[in-house]
Amino acid sequence: MISANSLSGRLDDPARDAGHVDAPPRKGFFTDTSVCIGCKACEVACKEWNAVPEDGIDLLGMSYDNTGGLGADSWRAVAFVEQSRPVGNQTAPFTSAVTGRGSERLQQGTVAAGLDVFEEASRLGTGVPGGQPVADVAARESGGCGSGGSGGCGCDGGAGAAAPGTVGERGTAEAADEGGQFLGMPGMLAPAALPDRDGRQAVRWLMMSNVCKHCTHAACLDVCPTGSLFRTEFGTVVVQEDICNGCGYCVSACPYGVIDKREEDGRAWKCTLCYDRLRDDETPACAKACPTESIQYGDLDELRERAERRRQQLHDVGVTEARLYGHDPEDGVGGDGAFFLLLDEPEVYGLPPDPVVTTRDLPSMYKHMAVAAGAMVLGVVAAAVGRR
Amino acid sequence: MPGLGASFGRGGATGDLQDLSNADVIVIQGSNMAECHPVGFQWVMEAKARGAKVIHIDPRFTRTSALADTYVPIRSGTDIVFLGAIINRVLTQERDFREYVLNYTNASWIISEDFRDTEDLDGLFSGFDPETRSYDTDSWQYAGSEEHGDEEEETERSSDSETGQSMGSGGAPVDHQDIQRDETLQDPRTVWQILKRHFARYTPEMVAEVCGVPTDVFDDVAEAWISNSGRERTGALVYSVGWTQRGTGVQYIRTGAILQLLLGNMGRPGGGIMALRGHASIQGSTDIPTLYNLLPGYLQMPHAERHPDLQTYVDSIKGKNQKGFWGNADAYTVSLLKAYFGDAATEENDYLFDQLPRINGDHGTYGQVMDMIAGGKIFGYFLLGQNPAVGSANGRAQRLGMANIDWLVVRDLVMIESATFWKDSPEVGTGEIVPEECRTEVFFLPAATHVEKEGTFTQTQRLLQWREKAVESPDDARSELWFFYHLGRRMREKLAGSTDPRDRLLFDMTWDYPVHGERDEPDAHAVLKEINGYDVTTGELLPGYTALKADGTTSSGCWIYSGVYADGVNQAARRKPGREQSLHAPEWGWAWPMNRRVLYNRASADPDGKPWSERKALVWWDEDAGKWVGDDVPDFEATKAPSYRPPEGATGVEALAGDDPFVMQSDGKGWLFAPKGVVDGPLPAHYEPGESPFRNTVYTQQQNPARVIYTNHLDEVHPSPPEPGSEVFPYVWVTSRLTEHHTAGGMSRFLPYLSELQPALFMEVSPELAAERGLEHLGWAHVVTARAVVEARVMVTDRLAPLKIQDRVVHQVWLPYHWGSGGLTTGDVVNDLAHMTVDPNVHIQEFKAGTCDVVPGRRPQGRAALDLVDEYRLRGGVTMATGSVAVTQQYLDGEMDRGEQAVAGGTAAGTGEDHSLIEKVLSVRHEIRSAPGRPEQHGVDGKQLVIGQGPREREREQREGGGPHGAGAEGDEQGRDGR
Repeated sequence: MISANSLSGRLDDPARDAGHVDAPPRKGFFTDTSVCIGCKACEVACKEWNAVPEDGIDLLGMSYDNTGGLGADSWRAVAFVEQSRPVGNQTAPFTSAVTGRGSERLQQGTVAAGLDVFEEASRLGTGVPGGQPVADVAARESGGCGSGGSGGCGCDGGAGAAAPGTVGERGTAEAADEGGQFLGMPGMLAPAALPDRDGRQAVRWLMMSNVCKHCTHAACLDVCPTGSLFRTEFGTVVVQEDICNGCGYCVSACPYGVIDKREEDGRAWKCTLCYDRLRDDETPACAKACPTESIQYGDLDELRERAERRRQQLHDVGVTEARLYGHDPEDGVGGDGAFFLLLDEPEVYGLPPDPVVTTRDLPSMYKHMAVAAGAMVLGVVAAAVGRR
Repeated sequence: MPGLGASFGRGGATGDLQDLSNADVIVIQGSNMAECHPVGFQWVMEAKARGAKVIHIDPRFTRTSALADTYVPIRSGTDIVFLGAIINRVLTQERDFREYVLNYTNASWIISEDFRDTEDLDGLFSGFDPETRSYDTDSWQYAGSEEHGDEEEETERSSDSETGQSMGSGGAPVDHQDIQRDETLQDPRTVWQILKRHFARYTPEMVAEVCGVPTDVFDDVAEAWISNSGRERTGALVYSVGWTQRGTGVQYIRTGAILQLLLGNMGRPGGGIMALRGHASIQGSTDIPTLYNLLPGYLQMPHAERHPDLQTYVDSIKGKNQKGFWGNADAYTVSLLKAYFGDAATEENDYLFDQLPRINGDHGTYGQVMDMIAGGKIFGYFLLGQNPAVGSANGRAQRLGMANIDWLVVRDLVMIESATFWKDSPEVGTGEIVPEECRTEVFFLPAATHVEKEGTFTQTQRLLQWREKAVESPDDARSELWFFYHLGRRMREKLAGSTDPRDRLLFDMTWDYPVHGERDEPDAHAVLKEINGYDVTTGELLPGYTALKADGTTSSGCWIYSGVYADGVNQAARRKPGREQSLHAPEWGWAWPMNRRVLYNRASADPDGKPWSERKALVWWDEDAGKWVGDDVPDFEATKAPSYRPPEGATGVEALAGDDPFVMQSDGKGWLFAPKGVVDGPLPAHYEPGESPFRNTVYTQQQNPARVIYTNHLDEVHPSPPEPGSEVFPYVWVTSRLTEHHTAGGMSRFLPYLSELQPALFMEVSPELAAERGLEHLGWAHVVTARAVVEARVMVTDRLAPLKIQDRVVHQVWLPYHWGSGGLTTGDVVNDLAHMTVDPNVHIQEFKAGTCDVVPGRRPQGRAALDLVDEYRLRGGVTMATGSVAVTQQYLDGEMDRGEQAVAGGTAAGTGEDHSLIEKVLSVRHEIRSAPGRPEQHGVDGKQLVIGQGPREREREQREGGGPHGAGAEGDEQGRDGR
């Protein structure tokens, strides 16, 4: 049953590849973020159905995201990203509002309380509340501290205070422009997330319900030593909690940072795509609860077609930033079972721009190992023979 | 909902949520629909996907704005100016749907020559009496009907709202026989010409100056709205509590109603006004009311003096020669009495009309609280599904009121703050309530949740949906039905044999519901059947309200719900999936009236009964069949032809012509001008909110002259210009909700899955305000008003932006109000900030615009918090009389000072009755007095107010002069004094 593409590359039917002879059509989620209203009904429905415990009652300050991304105790997590830029076809609302540092009564003291509130505001939902943008740090580490630094930056507060408002943004922009510094990890500051603060005119608020991608090539499954993680007949990836021994290999293997160990019991947990509901021909809890059909469940082939139609429709009405993510069977994980329509770069939502299954190179690694081992054996044999 | 009631005849959303998907433009104003009505919002998204333009107008960029095509930031409290300017554009550019307006509205009606507009009186309408702070409405009437004003012999302003609220299902009565018309619309006294003059000053420039909306953005919205009207296109308006929770809220709705009528959007697919109700079954609790001034089906509660007998009562509803379905008010009333009293109600004993309770004034929630604080009038209080300690305006006054009664019964799912205030409210910290001595005995009775009981919810579009009981409620938790049935039963048992006339009512009532199960749970089906009504001669269930009779042969517990059990079938329990039926899903649940989903849908056809266009067809006249047909149940007599004209002298239903689509209106038309039914003006006019940092530039008149205020030292209102001192409170606060929590938090703060989603009270501020006040993201800040100080974490966000108003910058601060001392996440009660200025029509408080100051850091605790509030009151010169001016011109002229204006008309309640007292700045400090053996004084007793310098003030001077007392020690001392 194991094929040449079992670990990476295009694979049309992972369930069959895993040995399910009479597998039904592959199931998945299409999450259309352009109609997400951020109600979090998906999070609650998921927890109610799957009895996922509470994940901490902490105000995170990341816009309305108090879940803080996916984890062992949050299998759906809605990201909220606030940006000072327009949505494709939306009118800029603050054109005549008195915004920015240059506005009346605000000439001085914008770095009051030791913080640059303008920059704070522009970071909402980008995963770095109140802290330094990772990209800033990266920019400074590569290019030195001289031109970087923001009001909140500890290393050159003087520069930040002297010229508030411009340096921080430039540092970020440079980091993004130069490429390479931007690490593309969840929780990263997005490219161009800090536009010109003076006279900000537009605002948009992106919301996205994140979930396990149920990759075609799931590294978590590949590395699982106990067989706790398995491929279901629906093509989804599920942890069997009674088999998991808590080794944690899957956690570091996931290219999306989805699967996570629960502190209390040490085992790994993640979205099952409601395996129990699927077996009863029921829609997964999150999709069932979603009021605007932002989360759509169904046969993956059909969802991919629907998603492409939706993308085209949005482009036709001027939302040209709409793009699909995780839909491509040729990508680094062979396409996701749960894929998305996004309105900005994936990094903005904390998604890796080009995920690659971490076990992709295992075959060649094993080949090389085999060659090396063979050579060693031959060497030993040769030595033994030669001695004789 | 008199805003809708007076305009169209029924106080409910005019369409169903699905119908929004037919709209070409959807304007959401005064509503955060995506966050507060997320399920219904799917139809907005559906409309958007079909190409409709979605516009959101709101002080704050919310999750609704995020999904809209256009978001317009607006200063809170200025919506009438914005909408008025669109109306002005429609009128001056003649872009109304003329054929619709001429036939279906009262545009051509001629108004009394005695009428004077705000144009003539600089912000007042004719008939205002500053002594009573209320209008005599005679001059607002149609020419020839001047004697039929609302007031009659009634002058006490506090009773106005009785008339206003009864517009829930039926317009106000007028005599239609004498109406004079000018179909050319040229007569200067036509409604059309009055409207044109009235709205002439509402210009795009004024919108920019007052609302802070730039002219080009205004143009965009106006054009989108106007161009999506007419035969081929329609637009829908959505509002919710962002409009109703205001001192002039009813007039906001009236403005929207006028615009939708002018554009011909009423009664048509994708048109209408979607009034989103505040929470589950709020529509139901006005249909079968929990309000003091209504009986089921929007029948007025009888008045002690005005309604001595059934005939007088019925006549006052029917009016003289009135058109429409209120003509059958006698049938509705007698059937209700038959449902209440059964066989005991006979024609001979006036169907026991005499037994019904009577009202004689303002018995609204806020008036009651004032009475509790004052003491001596209210001794007991039932709280069911309500948490006033958190949810009502001025939570401090609510808690001090509840602490000053004999007993309090709280029925709720969890130990809410209204059950625990006596031991953990902020007033315990200040020493104002001493737990050991609080006189109120609190009984907490656990309630069953919605999955633990059966019955119906009536949701926002008047749709009754039956829910089944899924599980048995735990322990002592019981349903409301169980509680009230057995309470009544036990009271009857205890009173058995009593001959006291006041107990007669209990014995005469039918109270014999079948019970089942171990707990003797009453049968909810039997209750719904009783509401539907029977033919009492045959015992058959009635098919609908048209079968109700006034001769005692029918019964119905709520006439508008009659038909919910038609054919012996629980129509509310129907659950045919939407995909198996048409868009309006007529077989899902049951909507009043008569399962009609789009009200006034006769107007979707032209006067001859043909659809205005193929695209917008809904209901039309089928000549061959001789009846109205279409995709919805016709909101019209099924076989009344469009050409029908009533015979001479006809009244009631018979008098409705074939082109009178507003069948509940007394003249069959939609009201652009409301001669009756709205007590603060026949047309909307912009007044500043009760508290505003700005002077009204539309008229000299600053605030709604007829707003209801309570002069009480616990409820002082900030000064607004032209009164001095408003600069002490420079910012505007707005409170509302989050998706993740439910109203006062009883159903969400105690649940981990919801608490973790919004784990702390926060305030949203713009980066500009944060910079101005030195606020730190995620740090603490506190908001100060003359009522309270409230602290919250700071959320600095681009979603708020300062606006430029009258060449000044105004910052708006937003806070959700879900928090209190209980639950998994706790926080200050935000509604403590609010004052109790209320709309004169509906007595709803002003939550959506008040003034405040914002200060970085945590607030002082205990007594020190009161000191801070006192400091602000001193600086702003706040007294019981500030913000109470009725007629601004009289204040400016020095004709009537604000103290006199405050006590005028019996407005004063609680501590402010003495005129000499209410103007003394800081006459009342926050004092706590209690003496051993007199625990009732832990509430606040007006008679003991300290004038001038009290001991607290002396102490403060001592402290400021370097005295040793810390605030904490002082609080303890006060507490000990109390014991």
